[in-house]
Amino acid sequence: MKAHLLYPDRDFDIAAEPIPQYDDLERDLELEVVLRAMARGDRYLFEVSRKVMLESLDDASVVRYRQGVLADCIEHEETVRELYALVIAALEDKRGIWGIRSTTSTSVLLHGAVAQLEAFAARLAQLRALADAHAGEVRSEGLERLFDSVRRDLDDEYLDVLRTHLRQLQFRGGVLLSARLGRDASGVDYVLRSPSPSRTRWRERVGLAPRTSYSFTIPPRDEAAGNELADLTNRGLNHVANAAAQAADHVESYFTMLRLELAFYVSCLNLRAALVESGTPLTFPELVAHDRARQRARFSCSDLRDVSLSLQTSEPVVGNDVEADGRPLVIVTGANSGGKTTFLRSVGLAQLMAQCGMFVTASSYRSSIHSGVFTHFGREEDASMRSGRLDDELRRMDAIVGAARRGAIVLFNESFSGTNEREGSEIGRQVVQALLERDMTVFFVTHLFDLADGFRRSVPDITRFLRAERAADGAATYALVPADPLPTSFAVDVCRRIGGFGPAGDGGKPGAARTLHP
Amino acid sequence: MGPERGQSVAAFDLLAPAHAQEAGVDRRDHARDHARDHARDLHLDQIVSDITRDDETLQEWFFTRTRDVATVQHRHDVFRDLEDPGVWAALRELCASLREVVAHLSQASAMRVAHQRQAWTLDAAAIYCAAIRQLAKELGGSPLRSRGLQDFRRYLESYAGSEAFERLEAETTECKDALAGVSYCVQIDGGRVTVRRWAGEADYSEDIQAVFERFRQGAVRSYLIDYRVWPGMTRVGEQILGLVSRLFPDEFALLGAHFERHGGFLDPGIHRFYRELQFYVSYREHIDPMRAAGLTFCYPEVDAQSKEELAEDTFDLSLASVLLAEGGTVVTNDFRLEPGERIFVVSGPNQGGKTTFARTFGQLHHLAAVGVPVPGRRARIYLCDRVFTHFEREEDLSTLTGKLETDLVEMQRTLRDATPRSVVIMNEVFSSTSLEDARFLGTEAMRRLVDLGCLAVYVTFIDELASLAPSVVSMISTIVPEDPATRTFKVVRGPANGLAYALSLAEKYRLTYPQLLERIV
Repeated sequence: MKAHLLYPDRDFDIAAEPIPQYDDLERDLELEVVLRAMARGDRYLFEVSRKVMLESLDDASVVRYRQGVLADCIEHEETVRELYALVIAALEDKRGIWGIRSTTSTSVLLHGAVAQLEAFAARLAQLRALADAHAGEVRSEGLERLFDSVRRDLDDEYLDVLRTHLRQLQFRGGVLLSARLGRDASGVDYVLRSPSPSRTRWRERVGLAPRTSYSFTIPPRDEAAGNELADLTNRGLNHVANAAAQAADHVESYFTMLRLELAFYVSCLNLRAALVESGTPLTFPELVAHDRARQRARFSCSDLRDVSLSLQTSEPVVGNDVEADGRPLVIVTGANSGGKTTFLRSVGLAQLMAQCGMFVTASSYRSSIHSGVFTHFGREEDASMRSGRLDDELRRMDAIVGAARRGAIVLFNESFSGTNEREGSEIGRQVVQALLERDMTVFFVTHLFDLADGFRRSVPDITRFLRAERAADGAATYALVPADPLPTSFAVDVCRRIGGFGPAGDGGKPGAARTLHP
Repeated sequence: MGPERGQSVAAFDLLAPAHAQEAGVDRRDHARDHARDHARDLHLDQIVSDITRDDETLQEWFFTRTRDVATVQHRHDVFRDLEDPGVWAALRELCASLREVVAHLSQASAMRVAHQRQAWTLDAAAIYCAAIRQLAKELGGSPLRSRGLQDFRRYLESYAGSEAFERLEAETTECKDALAGVSYCVQIDGGRVTVRRWAGEADYSEDIQAVFERFRQGAVRSYLIDYRVWPGMTRVGEQILGLVSRLFPDEFALLGAHFERHGGFLDPGIHRFYRELQFYVSYREHIDPMRAAGLTFCYPEVDAQSKEELAEDTFDLSLASVLLAEGGTVVTNDFRLEPGERIFVVSGPNQGGKTTFARTFGQLHHLAAVGVPVPGRRARIYLCDRVFTHFEREEDLSTLTGKLETDLVEMQRTLRDATPRSVVIMNEVFSSTSLEDARFLGTEAMRRLVDLGCLAVYVTFIDELASLAPSVVSMISTIVPEDPATRTFKVVRGPANGLAYALSLAEKYRLTYPQLLERIV
C-alpha cells in the first residue's frame, strides 16, 4: 500500500542525501525560521520539511505534481488535516501503549503489543471511512490514488485476520526464579528455575522449625503491582512478546509512511496560515526549464518578500520588484543596513521553496529551474580555527565549485572580503566570470566597489545592478532599485550616529565624539 | 581522637593561601553576556568545557581570574607537587573512588526502601574506607612541598588514625561478607508470590525458550529485553525484599545496624579536599596528552604591576588539542614587550597565524590569572583585570541592524569599559567596509588604545596602524618565500610590508578563472 504524494512514482526517502553544501544553505538563508513556522513546534514536521526543501527538485514535472497536490490540500484543508490527525492518532495510540517499552517486563511488552494491534484495527476502519467520504472531492492525482488504495486494501477481512493472531499470542502460567542480593539489596542474577511443588516440612508447620517461606498476594485490580510482578515473571518469555511486537510494527510502518508523505503538505498549510495572517502575498511560482543561452536565463519577480523576515516581524516588510530576464548576473550594492542581505535571502528562500513544489512569498515569481542552489556568505571564522577568513572563504568556494553543475544558482554575500579590497575584487571577478561562462546564475551582494564596477564595464548587457537606497533624510530603507554601484560607503555616517569611540582618557563616555572625518 | 570541625587540624585550603585578597578576584566577570562573547572569541569556552567536562563549580574556578600574586603562587606550588608521579597517581585514584562514593550516596538518598538505602550506603562506605586507607599510605612517604598539600596530609593522617574511622572500616567489611551469602527463590503464580531460600532447583530458561522458538520471524527488529538492575525498587520488589529479610534476619540486622552507626560517614574535610582537587586534576588531565606529544607548559612569572612581558614557545591551547587529536603539528610563537611597549599590531599574509597569535595572547593572560601552568617554555605575564575581544561576528537577523553598526557599537562598548589594566584583542574588524573606511575607523580605535596604555593585540590588514605610536610593536605573519601558499603560522617582529598573498591562495584552491573553467565542464 502506497501513498505517492511527493513523487508520482516513488516513496519519499527521508534518509536520502541532501543537496551538497546544504548546511551552509540552511544557515545562510535562515531556513530554520521558515521551518519553525511550518512545524508549529512539531519536530517531525520540521525534519520532514527540512528534508523535502533540501532535496531540491530539478524536474519541472515533479514540481507541478507537488503544486497540484498542494493546491488540492489548500482547497480541502480540513480533509487533509483530519487525515493527518488520524494518522498521528494511530501512531500516538501505539506510542501511548508502547510508552513502557523501556520497562524490563516482557509481559507488559506482550500485552502492549496486543493492545496496539487492537487500536490499529480501529484506526484502519476510521481511515477507510474517511476515504469513502472524500474520495469524490479531491482532484489531484496524488490524493486520488491515496484514497483509492485505502478503500481497496483495507477491508474487514484484514482486521479479522489480525484478531485471529491476537488470540494466539496469550500467555498464562507461573514461574519460579532464583536471585541473589545486588549491592543495593535488590534481586540480581535472576534464573528461571524448574518449578517444584513447595513442600513445607511438618516441623515448620507446627512451629518447631524456623519458617522457610513467606507469601503475599497482589490485589487483582492493582494494575501497577501486576505490572511489577510481570516484570519479575517473564524473563523466559521474551520471544513470545517479540513476535507480537513485530506484527504490530508492520501496521505501524504503514501509518508512518502515510505520515511522512502528508507531513510536508501539512507543514505548507501551516506556513500558509502564518503568512496569510501577516498579509504576505503568496503565489505558485512559474518555473521554466534551464536554457544554456544566457539571454534565456529567467528571473523576474514582483513584491518578493523575505519569508523569514515576514515571519519574524510585525512591521510591514518591503517587497522587491526585480526584472532580470536574460541577465544571469545580479549585483547588489549600496548602504549598510539597506536590505541587501534580506533581498539575497529572499531570493534563495524563494528559489528553494519553488524547487520543492511550494508557493513563494511574492505576487509573481518566474525563474529558471536550477540544478542546485548554493550560498557563499561571509562568516565568522570556523570553530576548527585552522585558517583565517580568506582561507575559510576559499575553502567553501572550492566545495561549491566541486558540487555545482551547469545551471546552478550561487548567492554571494560580501564574499572575498577576508583580504583587502583590491585582491578581494580580483578573486571575485575571476570566480564570477567562470561561473557565468558555465551557465550559472549569480547574485552577488558586495561593498567591493572595484568588483562591482568592473562588471559594469565588462558585461553590462547580462548584468542587473541593484542598489540599496536611502531615503532623503539619510535613514536606510529596505527597497532595492536598479542603479549602478557608487564608489563610497557609509561607515563614517554610522560612526557619527552612534557617537564615535570617545576621546581617550575621558572615561570613555559615548557621545563625546571627536573629529570623524579623516 | 578523630578530627573535629573548627579545630586547627582541619585548616587546609588547596586553592588560596590564608591571606588571599578576595577583593582582587573577579568572580562576576564571566557571567556577563559580552564577557561570554570574549570567552568565546578566545575559545576559552571550549577550553574550559573540555577541562571541566561541564561541571559548573569547576567552570566557575576556571573563569575566575585573580590579580593576587600569592594566590597564583599557592596554586603553582600544588601543581608542582602533583608533578611527582606517585602523588599524582594516588590523588587520581582517590578522585575515582570518591566520585563513585558520591554517586552511591546520592543514589542512597533517593531510595525509599530502608534496606536499599542501607545497602547503597554500605557499598559506598566500603569503597570510601579502601580509598582513605590507600591514600594515607601513598601520601605518607611522598615528598610534598606545597602548603596546600602538606596541610591536607596532616589532616588526613589524623583522620585515618582515628578510632571512628577504624570502627567504620571493620564493621563495613563484616556486613558486606554476610550479605554476599544470601540466595533465595521467588515463586509467582497469578497474583500470588512466594519467597523462600533457594534449595538447589535447576535452571529452566533454556527449555522455555525452545518451546517458543517457533514464533520467530527471521531477521527483524528485536524486542528482546535487556534486563538490567535499576536503582530503586518496585513495590513488589520491596515486598519480596521484606520477606527475604525475614528469611535472613541476622544478615539484615547487621545491615541496619551499620547504617545506624555509619550513615553519615563521609568526612566534610575529605569531601572539600576532593572538590578542590578537581581544579588541579582536571587541568592536568587536559594538558597531559599535549605534554606527552612534546608541547611544553611552564609556571609563568606573574606581576600585577609591570607590563614587560615575554613568552617563549607558547601556543593556542584550544587549537593544540584539536590538532593533536588529529595528529597534526602545533606551531609555537614567541613575543616580548620591552619597557614602554604595549600593543602588538599583527599584519601580513592571511592564513599566517595572525588570529591564532591574537587568541594565544588573550588565553595566556586569562590562564596566568587563573593560576595554572600556561603553554610555553617560559613566560612572564601581567595580571590583568579583564580580557576584551572584538572578533568579527556573523550578521544576526533578529536585530535587523547591519554588520557595521553592530561592529561599531560593540567596539565602542569595549573601548568604554577597558581600563589601563585590561587586555584588548581586536581581530580584523571593519572588513565589511571599504578600504578607506576601515583605515579611518582602525586609526580611531588604535589611538584610543594607545592613549589608554592597556595591553592589546590588533590584527589588521591596514599597514599604517603598525607605526602609529612608539608603544606599538609591529608583528607580521610569515610565509615560505618560494611557495607563498605554504603557511608557517609563525608570527614574528618585523615591519608591516603590505604583501598579501590572496591570489596565490586562490590558485591553491584551484579557484582562478582558468582553473575554474577546467573544473566545471
